[in-house]
Amino acid sequence: MFHLKICKIYMELTKLKEPQVDVRYQDAMCTNESQLKHPWWYNFKYMLVGIIFGIVFVKAEIISWFRIQEMFQLTSFHMYGVIGTAVIVGMISVAIIKKTKAKSIYGEPITLDNKTFNKGQIIGGLIFGLGWGITGACPGPLYAQMGAGFGVVAVTFLSAVLGTWVYGYLRDKLPH
Amino acid sequence: MLEFLRQPWHWSVAGLLIGLTVPTLLILGNKKFGISSSLRHICAACIPAGVPFFKYDWKKEAWNLFFVAGVFIGGFLAATFLSDPEPMQVAEATKMKLAEYGITNYQALMPPEIFSFNQLLTLKGFIFFVVGGFLVGFGTRYAGGCTSGHSIMGLSNLQLPSLIATISFMIGGFFSANVLLPLIFKLF
Repeated sequence: MFHLKICKIYMELTKLKEPQVDVRYQDAMCTNESQLKHPWWYNFKYMLVGIIFGIVFVKAEIISWFRIQEMFQLTSFHMYGVIGTAVIVGMISVAIIKKTKAKSIYGEPITLDNKTFNKGQIIGGLIFGLGWGITGACPGPLYAQMGAGFGVVAVTFLSAVLGTWVYGYLRDKLPH
Repeated sequence: MLEFLRQPWHWSVAGLLIGLTVPTLLILGNKKFGISSSLRHICAACIPAGVPFFKYDWKKEAWNLFFVAGVFIGGFLAATFLSDPEPMQVAEATKMKLAEYGITNYQALMPPEIFSFNQLLTLKGFIFFVVGGFLVGFGTRYAGGCTSGHSIMGLSNLQLPSLIATISFMIGGFFSANVLLPLIFKLF
């Protein structure tokens, strides 16, 4: 219920004409609950985090098609080590943030919302998995691969944007 | 120092830094780590076409676009200034499997036998770039997140739906890499 309330506030603030509550709720789209208005250049700090993230992606070879094949052929521990460590570090961090009721640097309380189950997580998850095995990339590595000079990945990226768009277009007809 | 950074980084270092992205984004502005949403924001910004799913104030989510632009720049910086001249070290069992597919070049992070512009207008290119990319974009949005939003952010926050999504990603990936790929490579 808490999410719905936030989404409603958000809608009012942004003056959306159509009810987006359900749409945003199901897709964890109401992820940005910050009500603060900042100048656009405040966003550069997220770019800096992204830069570090992108360097890690390349240097730990997470963007490599070979490493993804190893992961799914169970011939290397590398990717399991990366994801496992990241999850453990993330879990501990989130637990500390919850426990200490930490605030953002702007003094805003940090909110962590619960996701609700829908069939999309299984069906969509399986579909994404098929693509992951073929392309060797989830959305994050797609950006890093392009940056690292694999220009042809731009086609994969545009096709991923198209896939997202087609999902949005067909959304009402798909089981959730 | 630079020599040290040029070597491939250990999984624990990468895992630690990726894990720390979660609290960093929360503390910087109450932002939830997630990457596939950026694809939705791009749709909302460029081609909303009246689809309700894309009618929202994407500008409020602009931070996410700055973040992925950073990932692109980071990829560029790492490949330009920190690249490792040595070929990739890949498990022997996987090398043998890939040799059956005609993939033997380990000089770069991606096999040139697939990921080159020469393949763009071939059936191989169509399957690996167009079909593969479509499945990634369609599937992540349908699932409501990708490896970052579900597997890292969602699991960090102990979300059962994210665990279900992650298991589904892995089942799809195992099927794709072990069943589909051998069939796909028979086509060429």
